[in-house]
Amino acid sequence: MKQGKLFYYIPYGLWIALFVIAPVVLIVYQSFFNIAGHFTLSNYATYFHSGVYLKMTFNSVWYAFLITAITLLISYPTAYLLNQLKHKQLWLLLIILPTWINLLLKTYAFIGLLSRSGSVDSFLTFIGIGPKQLLFTDASFLFVATYIEIPFMILPIYNAIAELSPSYVNASRDLGASGWQTFSRVIFPLTLDGVKSGVQSVFIPSLSLFMITRLIGGNRVITLGTAIEQHFLVTQNWGMGSTIGVILIVAMVITMLLTGERKEKGRTRHAK
Amino acid sequence: MTKTIIEFKDIVKRYGETEVLKGINFQIEQGKFYTLLGPSGCGKTTILRIIAGFTDASEGDVMFDGKRINNVPANKRKVNTVFQDYALFPHMNVFDNVAFPLTLRKVSKKDIRTRVLDALKMVQLSGYEDREINEISGGQQQRVAIARAIVNEPDVLLLDEPLSALDMKLRKEMQYELRALQQRLGITFIFVTHDQEEALAMSDEIFVMNAGQVLQTGSPVDIYDEPINHFVADFIGESNIVRGHMVADYLVSFAGHEFKCVDAGMRPNEPVEVVIRPEDLDITTVDKGSLTMTVDTQLFRGVFFEITGHDDTGNSWRIRSIHRTEVGAQVGVFFDPEDIHVMRFNESEEDFDARLETYEGEESDR
Repeated sequence: MKQGKLFYYIPYGLWIALFVIAPVVLIVYQSFFNIAGHFTLSNYATYFHSGVYLKMTFNSVWYAFLITAITLLISYPTAYLLNQLKHKQLWLLLIILPTWINLLLKTYAFIGLLSRSGSVDSFLTFIGIGPKQLLFTDASFLFVATYIEIPFMILPIYNAIAELSPSYVNASRDLGASGWQTFSRVIFPLTLDGVKSGVQSVFIPSLSLFMITRLIGGNRVITLGTAIEQHFLVTQNWGMGSTIGVILIVAMVITMLLTGERKEKGRTRHAK
Repeated sequence: MTKTIIEFKDIVKRYGETEVLKGINFQIEQGKFYTLLGPSGCGKTTILRIIAGFTDASEGDVMFDGKRINNVPANKRKVNTVFQDYALFPHMNVFDNVAFPLTLRKVSKKDIRTRVLDALKMVQLSGYEDREINEISGGQQQRVAIARAIVNEPDVLLLDEPLSALDMKLRKEMQYELRALQQRLGITFIFVTHDQEEALAMSDEIFVMNAGQVLQTGSPVDIYDEPINHFVADFIGESNIVRGHMVADYLVSFAGHEFKCVDAGMRPNEPVEVVIRPEDLDITTVDKGSLTMTVDTQLFRGVFFEITGHDDTGNSWRIRSIHRTEVGAQVGVFFDPEDIHVMRFNESEEDFDARLETYEGEESDR
C-alpha cells in the first residue's frame, strides 16, 4: 500500500526536482559569481546601485501593471457578459481558442498587421488618415501584450462568476440594492478570488516579457526579461543575468503573497 | 375590514412552451399568515418570485396596495424574501448581513446599530452579531436570514421553504417562532411549502396548488374538513377516499350501504367521492359498526395504532385507533354523519363555495 503510494510521487517529485528546485538553486548559485568566475556579491551591488537596472525594474513593473490593468478592465465585463449568454461555453471557447496557437506565431501575425504597408496601415490610408508608425510603439506593445494575456484573465473571473449563486444577487436586489450596489457590494467581493488569480496569471508573466518587447515594442521598452536575455546570450555575463532572475523570482513571490487568498479567520468562502 | 395588499389578476407564466401558472387569481390581505401549499413543481415558488420581482408574469396584473407593480424592479418593492438557501453573504458577518439593507440607504450608523440589534433580538440571536456566517449553525443562519429580511420593515415577508433544510425538531420549533413573529410584527407573511403539516400549523389561510393552479383557498380547518377534490383530500392529511353516489340531499351511498351525511346540493344519483379521515373512524363490534371490515395490517405508531383493512365491497380503509385489534379479525367500523365529506367530480372552487352556502344557510335555520 505504502509502496504503491510512493510510486505516484515519482513523476511529481522528478518534475519538481528537475524543473523547479534545480533551476532556482542554480540561478541563486550563479548570481554570486562575477563574469570571471569569482565568488562575489558585486552583482547585487551593481543591481542596486545602477540607475539602469532600477529603471528597467521600474519599467517592467510599470508595464506589467499597465497590461494587467487594461486586461482586467476588459476581462471583467467580458466574463460577466459571457455568463449571461445562452451558449456561454461556446463563446468562452472562442476566447480561449487563440491560446492554443503558438505565441511567436501570433506575434509575427501582428507584425504583418501593424508594419508599414501592413493591413492596418492600408486601411488608415484608405479612410484618409494616412500611414502611421504603428509598430515599435508603446501603444502597440501594450495592445499585443494585452491581447495575448486576456484569456488568462477572463478564465478565472468567468469561473468565479459562474460559481456565484444567483440567489446572492436576488437577495441583494430584494433587500433594496440597485444594480450598481449589487455589483460593488456583493458580486465583485464574492468574485474577488477569481480576479486575484487572474491578476497573478497576467502580472507575473508580464514582468518578464521580452519577445514582444523586442518584436512589437522594438526594444523601446526594455524590461528585466530583455536584460536577462541579453546577459545570457550577448554579454555572456551569466552571473548578472542570474541576479536579475533572482530579483524577478522575489518580485513574483511578493505578487503571489499580495494577491494570495488571505486566510483571515472565518472569511474563507463557506462550503456549499 | 382588513385591506388587500397584494392581488393577482389572471396571472399566467410561461417558460417557453410550458405554462407553469395557468391563470392565478387571489387576494392577499394585510397582516395575515398565508401559505402556498403544493407538491414541487406546482408553481408556488414562481408565484413568490413574481411577487418579489425576480421574474415577470407573462400575462396578467400584479397589484400591490392598489397599484400595478409588474414593472417595478425588485429593489423598489416593499417586499423582502427569506430564501430557501438563506443567501446570506459569506463575505460579511452576521451584523453586516443584517445591516446590509440599511447601509444601502442613508441611515445613520447609530440607527443602523439599534435596528440591527433589535432585529437580532427579535429572532433570539442577541450576542451573535460578530460571528461569521460559516461559524453558526443552519438554524441560526435561518434566523439571520429572517432578521435581515425584517430589518427593512417590509409590508410583506416572503418565505421560500425556509424550514426545509432544518431537522425535524428545529423545524417544529421554528414553526412556533415564525407564527409568533408574524403576530408580533403584524405584517403579511407568504410562506411557501410542500409540507402540509407546516401549512396547517401556521397559516391563517392556505392556498392549495397543483399544476399551476390554485385548487382551494381557505383556513386550515376548512381545507382539512372540507377538501374540494380528491387531490386536496389526499394531499392534506391522510384520507380514506371511496367512490359512491348521492341518493338524495343528506343521503349518500357507498360500500354497499346508504348513510346519512351533511352534504347536499348534488343531482340525485350523481357519482361522488366520499372522504373520511382515519381519525374519525372507530373500531367497534360488527353489530355496532356502520361497516364491517377485515383487518389486514396493524402498525403501532406510539400514540395510536394504524390499522388497515377492507370491507365486503373491496374498499380499503385506514383507521387510527387507540385500541388494538387482531390482524384477520372481522370488526365493525363506526362513523357519524358529520365525519363523512362528499366531493363532486370537477367542481370549481366557486361552485363549491356557492353550493356550501345554499345548504349551510338552511342548516342553521333548522
